[in-house]
Amino acid sequence: MLEPLAQSLVFGVLVGGIYGLAALGLSLVFGVTKFLNVSHGELLMFGGYASFWVFVLWGVDPFLTIPFAVIFLALIGLVLYKLLFARMVKLPEEVKIRNTLLIGFGLSLILQNIALRLWTADDRSITTFYSGAAITFLGVRFPVVRLISLGIALVCFLALHQFLHRTFTGKAIRATVEDWEAAAMMGIDTQRVSQLAFIIGASLAGIAGTLVAIGYSIDPSMGLEWTLVALITMVLGGLGSIMGTLVGGLLLGVTQAATSFFLGGTYREIVGLLIFLLVLVLRPQGLLGTKRE
Amino acid sequence: MDYRAVLRIVLIGALLLGLIALPSLVEKDSIINLVVLILLYVTLASSWNILGGYTGQTNLGHAAFFGLGSLVTRMLWTSGFPLFPSMLLGCAVAVALALIIGVPAFKLRGAYFAIGTLALGQVLFVTVGNEFPLISALPAKALASYELLPRYYFFVGMAVVTVAASYLLAHSRLGLGMMAVREQEDAAESLGVSALRHKLIALVISAFFAGLAGGGFAFYHVSYYPQFPFAPVWTFDAVMMTYIGGVGTIVGPVIGALFYVVIKEYLALNLVELHLIVFGTLFILVVLFLPGGLVEAWSKIRRQYLRRTTPKEVEPSTTD
Repeated sequence: MLEPLAQSLVFGVLVGGIYGLAALGLSLVFGVTKFLNVSHGELLMFGGYASFWVFVLWGVDPFLTIPFAVIFLALIGLVLYKLLFARMVKLPEEVKIRNTLLIGFGLSLILQNIALRLWTADDRSITTFYSGAAITFLGVRFPVVRLISLGIALVCFLALHQFLHRTFTGKAIRATVEDWEAAAMMGIDTQRVSQLAFIIGASLAGIAGTLVAIGYSIDPSMGLEWTLVALITMVLGGLGSIMGTLVGGLLLGVTQAATSFFLGGTYREIVGLLIFLLVLVLRPQGLLGTKRE
Repeated sequence: MDYRAVLRIVLIGALLLGLIALPSLVEKDSIINLVVLILLYVTLASSWNILGGYTGQTNLGHAAFFGLGSLVTRMLWTSGFPLFPSMLLGCAVAVALALIIGVPAFKLRGAYFAIGTLALGQVLFVTVGNEFPLISALPAKALASYELLPRYYFFVGMAVVTVAASYLLAHSRLGLGMMAVREQEDAAESLGVSALRHKLIALVISAFFAGLAGGGFAFYHVSYYPQFPFAPVWTFDAVMMTYIGGVGTIVGPVIGALFYVVIKEYLALNLVELHLIVFGTLFILVVLFLPGGLVEAWSKIRRQYLRRTTPKEVEPSTTD
């Protein structure tokens, strides 16, 4: 009883890191720009495919494909921002959130069907010679690739945290989150800050996609599920807190693992959604709960 | 009565006559099936529009009502219960869900309502998939006596009733209240229009017609997975059709549904997923540049035309 439970929880923590990383980009973009990009899951999917093909065609080690996914997604992010989202920056907040939500839906449909046309509906995953390797500790298995993935997720969190707190650009981003009008008056180009945040958000989705392709599997229809995972994590962690997002991801992963252990795997997805609904309703301002008035 | 009102009545009459006479005009069942699909989408999009367009609440879990209507209708009907009472019960269950979730859901404003309903729709989608994993097929006896025509006429009736209801609603005090809530919730409240009450009524009406469409779906299809009508794609289709046609208008969802199915049929002959890429692009363009959809485009063109020919007869834009 105890060992299988511990095993489930370990898997929960390992996937939780990826949940956090999936939410990190969404949360950053929402915090800076108030864009609710519901095609975030599709961006993640594109990152997964970028790594998959670099791995298959060029034989690059899966973890070393991350830079390719980052560059690819940064470019996609730039194009999407220039084409669509830049027009939204000046709208009133409520209209902005609603319109970006609608555009995100259109976008998720387009990206999903492009992926379907290019790469068929098959499930893909990156399998390499060390995919099956695991460290066993007190009877609990720690698959090596998932451990490395968790490590990479943690590195991303730390790197973003350092970037936002230690660099001038990072401070400009944080100032825009706090109060974009005041930031603009201090000479910060908020349009460029928005663009940068959007590109970083897309790149982070790309890294998360790579890790999903390595440890789990990807397919063109995975987007909605991962968008929901990212939204749930963002709400659980509380907006505006980077480390909160990590905690939210780990919490979601562990909760799902415990649910599938006690109630069976079929209700794994639902428990997160129900918690999400509860948090939304019990805190009427929902995601904005931690924002200062 | 001015000539435009007469023209409109004549057009609507001709359309209805055309729909009624269609089965005797065309030989092929495929055309009838296509029109059934259009009518299903007209009902679904119009029902979404009542909450999403009139009160401005973006419901992304609409498929839950559609799915519940189909699930309840199908279960009762295939276990021997008469068809129409089964459908009514299906609508009743959809309305019941609307009443249960209404008050907590409307605590959420704007986009939070949208993602909340999205999550709710997903909960039902997954749960129904877990609880009813087997395909639902009509019993052999019902299958042997399957006829397309009664189903076709049911869909004609369903779509006409839904569009008529959204017309009556738009011209009623209640409908005006809903639009006031959409435009400025606080201002509406200060004039004595209860925002929550109007949103709830809109949600209930919306759920009722979505449940009815689900009932029609259960009546029409020979076999499908009970989970299928709960799929988020039904919501997204309805949202996109409504926006492309013209959100908040009466004919918008109708035009959007027609346009969607025609484009889908036209493009599906060439390439499988292309129509969804085209439609998604169109949807984004409408959100960005043409918030009133095709209806607005049409009235803009007409106004331009009127201005050029008879400058003195320019009329203010109409709501429909």
